[in-house]
Amino acid sequence: MDKHAGRDAGTIRLDDPWYDALAVGWGEGEETSPPSPAPGGRPAPGASDIYLEVQRSAAFQEVRSRYRGFVVPATAGFFLWYVAYVVAATAAPGLMARPVVGAVNVAMLAGLGQFLSTFLLTWAYARHARLRRDRAALDLRWTVFEQERGQERSRARGSGR
Amino acid sequence: MTTEHQTLALILFSVFIAVTLGITTWVSRNRHGSPEEFYAGGRLFSPMENGFAIAGDYMSAASFLGISGLIALFGYDGLLYSVGFLVAWLVVLFLVAELVRNCGRFTLADVVAARMSERPVRIAAGTSSVVVSVLYLIAQMVGAGSLVGLLLGSSSAAARTLTVIGVGALMVVYVSFGGMRATTWIQIVKAVLLMGGAITLTVLVLLRFHGNFDQLLTSAADRSGHGARFLGPGLKYGGDWTARIDFMSLGLALVLGTAGLPHILSRFYTVPTARAARRSVVWAIGLIGGFYLMTIVLGFGAAALVGPDAVRASNASGNTAVPLLAAFLGGGAGSTGGAVLFAFVAAIAFATILAVVAGITLASSASVAHDLYASLKRRHARQRSEVAVARAAAVGIGAVAIALGLLAQDLNVAFLVGLAFAVAASANLPVLLYSLFWRGFTTRGAVWSVYGGLVPAVLLVLVSPVVSGSPESLFPGVDFQLFPLQNPGIVSIPLGFLAGWLGTVTSGEEPDERKHAETEVRSLTGAGAV
Repeated sequence: MDKHAGRDAGTIRLDDPWYDALAVGWGEGEETSPPSPAPGGRPAPGASDIYLEVQRSAAFQEVRSRYRGFVVPATAGFFLWYVAYVVAATAAPGLMARPVVGAVNVAMLAGLGQFLSTFLLTWAYARHARLRRDRAALDLRWTVFEQERGQERSRARGSGR
Repeated sequence: MTTEHQTLALILFSVFIAVTLGITTWVSRNRHGSPEEFYAGGRLFSPMENGFAIAGDYMSAASFLGISGLIALFGYDGLLYSVGFLVAWLVVLFLVAELVRNCGRFTLADVVAARMSERPVRIAAGTSSVVVSVLYLIAQMVGAGSLVGLLLGSSSAAARTLTVIGVGALMVVYVSFGGMRATTWIQIVKAVLLMGGAITLTVLVLLRFHGNFDQLLTSAADRSGHGARFLGPGLKYGGDWTARIDFMSLGLALVLGTAGLPHILSRFYTVPTARAARRSVVWAIGLIGGFYLMTIVLGFGAAALVGPDAVRASNASGNTAVPLLAAFLGGGAGSTGGAVLFAFVAAIAFATILAVVAGITLASSASVAHDLYASLKRRHARQRSEVAVARAAAVGIGAVAIALGLLAQDLNVAFLVGLAFAVAASANLPVLLYSLFWRGFTTRGAVWSVYGGLVPAVLLVLVSPVVSGSPESLFPGVDFQLFPLQNPGIVSIPLGFLAGWLGTVTSGEEPDERKHAETEVRSLTGAGAV
């Protein structure tokens, strides 16, 4: 469908200015004040700064909005459909028992429909995640990794001095 | 049951036990005893392997025998269970699997504790995980006892007690010697056996009816004595409004509980990435959905071919419908073919129980060692002893499960499973979803949400008709029943969410923006995942 548009949006955002600014600005901040590792083996305070920066980046917000854009309506949809099914089965058995074709009645079709909708939503979710999220998420994972490594390197330099 | 059935069934049981013990020895031949390996099997399973293992972990004997038995006795109402059990996987796939894989290490509490003050949250989430696991474990033990008794034809108290003790001892051996790797392989073997058995029987049933599903339904309805009502809802849950609301409560617990089951969550840590976790859930949904579709054919097939009266005569709750169907399809109870198929199905049911209890025992020993012990121990205890604690915890949990399983022998298995799901949905799901998706969630909110779901769920059961006040309850002589429903879900699940919200808005603590950023970025990108 629109997988090209989706993929492009992800990669283009990743090349946006924020990316460079972050990569450049980082090492210098470290040079002037190397963060001291917090006691008790906790990550240095700098580590969560990286996450805060990434969280505010356009690329991450794109990934998050794509994830939520699929998951929120899909969850609401299947949950309401399931609740409607359970309520109909318990509160309106007469309606559910209405025959449709041969021995197959409304209830049987609704039950099989639940199976079918589950399979279809599973397929749609896996496809959506594969085409529209995985790449951008992996790029972000690398971004975080590179920055953490850069931070560690500058810290090692700081302590070696 | 003839002795021929029993001998063959016993031989197949023994073969399965020998194979699983072989797997356990083989995978533990050069173990290093690291937590990574014990709890997560080294995180190197493929999505397909993990998908089969998830299916093997999830489809208990209650699914295989219970649901088809319910369909054979009550028609359509049995099918409602399987729909709930399957649709629940969408919650897992959409909201839980990938994010939990990215944020946690071994347990549910890892995900929550990452953002919060660690100690109280770990103790709360660890406690609720252990409660859920023990309830689920009791259900399986009770099921094992009555099932093996039924299948071997000896329903004496001694045989049941021996079975429960034997199953308990075996699961402790699998878990404490083999850890996650042995448990996973046992679940994979079991899933393959279960699918193979179900496919064989389904094909045989459909061949009887020349592939005509409509004819199968018509004959089932005719034979049931209920006519067309057999094919619509209402035979089991269509009584007064209390019964109907009780079923809605169960339906809610089924669909929301799966995502809070500790042994299901721990399966996502056995694959290397979130993508692999997603693909394993897709595999699992395919397997589980296909399996439940087949139980529909098996259930109606048992009603049409064996007949509800014969099923009820063998076991009042229908648990033996599938073995009886197998004996019929093999050529009748007296024939060799019938004996072989019967023994085959009995052995699969036994394998099913063993694989499920091993998975739950492992998950709860992880909660004890990784969450409870790690939070409560003295400060300078050695780190590498955690796996030793987990092995010991497996033995302890096995002992508790055996003891409670023997005490609860007369409780209804389906009820216990429904209760475990209700507690999981009330205590574990709210805290998990809040910490993954709510920026303002605080430590107090997390602790309140766990206890605010756990305590009402357990209390409501204690004052429900299950425990007292009706002829079928645990203590029929006394009456302190205050709550009309058997399943507490419809009340306790909203209470869990409400308590988490209330705790958060009343706490003075500022939510930690950095930790929230870390959780959110890690959960969606996999950055920093182990």
